[in-house]
Amino acid sequence: MGHNGKMIRKKDLTFLQKSYIPEILKGMRQTIAEMFKPKFTFRYPEERFRPNPSFRGRPVLVQENEVERCVACGLCSRVCPALAIEVQASETELEKERYPIKFEINMVRCIFCGFCEEVCPEEAIVMSNEYELVFSSQEEALFGKDRLLKSAEELKPRLEFLRLNR
Amino acid sequence: MQSLLLISALKFVAFVAVVLLTVIMLVYAERRVSAFIQNRLGPNRVGPWGLLQAIVDVVKLLLKEDVVPRNAYKPVHDLAPIISIAVALSTFAIIPFGNTINVYGHEVKLMIADVNVGILYLLSITSLGVYGVTLAGWSSNNKYSLLGGLRSSAQMISYELSMGLSIIGVLMVSGTLRLDQIVLQQTKYLWGWMPAWNFLLQPVAFITFVVAAFAETNRLPFDLPEAEPELVGGYHTEYSGLKFGLFFLAEYANMITAGAVITTLFLGGWHLPFAENLGLSPLMLSLLQVLTFCVKMFFVMMFFIVVRWTIPRFRYDQLMNIGWKLMLPLTLVNVLVTGLVLLLIQ
Repeated sequence: MGHNGKMIRKKDLTFLQKSYIPEILKGMRQTIAEMFKPKFTFRYPEERFRPNPSFRGRPVLVQENEVERCVACGLCSRVCPALAIEVQASETELEKERYPIKFEINMVRCIFCGFCEEVCPEEAIVMSNEYELVFSSQEEALFGKDRLLKSAEELKPRLEFLRLNR
Repeated sequence: MQSLLLISALKFVAFVAVVLLTVIMLVYAERRVSAFIQNRLGPNRVGPWGLLQAIVDVVKLLLKEDVVPRNAYKPVHDLAPIISIAVALSTFAIIPFGNTINVYGHEVKLMIADVNVGILYLLSITSLGVYGVTLAGWSSNNKYSLLGGLRSSAQMISYELSMGLSIIGVLMVSGTLRLDQIVLQQTKYLWGWMPAWNFLLQPVAFITFVVAAFAETNRLPFDLPEAEPELVGGYHTEYSGLKFGLFFLAEYANMITAGAVITTLFLGGWHLPFAENLGLSPLMLSLLQVLTFCVKMFFVMMFFIVVRWTIPRFRYDQLMNIGWKLMLPLTLVNVLVTGLVLLLIQ
């Protein structure tokens, strides 16, 4: 297809176009120009990719005033298509009355769809910007509360992004 | 006599070392340039800027197991890569890297063998390269390898013809087969300022020769013998370890040879215009000329690499069309026109 969406047949080509040479030089100018453009890849361990707030990294629990926001309603574990989340509720003296005594995400199962974040009524579980997840065993991939809790200040960009875009 | 032998042996060792080192650098350059063209970084881990990457690759290939398919014909399967690499390295013997220099009273020509049939030797040796590829494809007992080998023999034979005919134009202009004489012819000046490099005198021959060189080295617009998406790697599908490494090395050595021949025949060889008027000592001047040769070759190599990442592969019928219906008549006409012009000038 040509520039105007018109089909170009071989018989319509000029002699110079048929001789390939100017067209090849044009193409080579493009490739050489491409060489000096900024690179898309990183020198990974030294330079790391810094995701935008829109990035869906591993899910974390939001921690505010030393306590998780989660009220253990269990919606996230209900909506999780990969059945990765397990929540066990218990009672607390705090205003929210319920809290998860056990909150476990199996990171081998998690598919980073973000449904848990979308369904959460308390904005208690959000997708963080962490993407480096390495395990050497199945047990290690079970993230309990100790590894899921993250302070609200750290997650501020994501929380703001969610307020604006949801 | 003994000193002559010694000089030849020294030149031989130096040339082989230089060629193999250049091959390694070329592999690195190709990977890095292709990465840059695709907006990637490319190999940058091993050594400074990844310069040692190619050496590490070769070591890896050396340590790999050599697998021969059960139904392959082993003697030929072993012989094929040896033919390829031997042909690729031996073409280098007649390339003049610089002018004749004087070392301790000896006249030393900066080429290994001063063959009086020069360019004919080159043509005949490169045509032997087909055997390596074809035998490799046949002996592997694999349909993809066989197809690759067949394609390559058809392609190389078709393009050898136009390659030879385009050289004839150059030979008519310079009137000699010796490569050092051809370079010396190009050190003259037309109208006192324009270097008489053959690509200015023989533009058509230059273009056809470059295209044929691409076809002969199986480089990208003509890499049908390999054609990864169609032939799973072509003739070297069933090769592993060092034998694959030899094919790999041969491919790049061929590329260097092609670059050196293009430089010698068309781009003035070691000739740096007006360098002889700078008043340098003879040794410095010849060093400068060797450097000029290397720089010219470097540019030809970069051209090869950039073309590889620019132009898609030809279809097989297009390949044959270009070879027989375009290149062959073009080179024949070029020979005729050159002859007419030479007659008129006399």
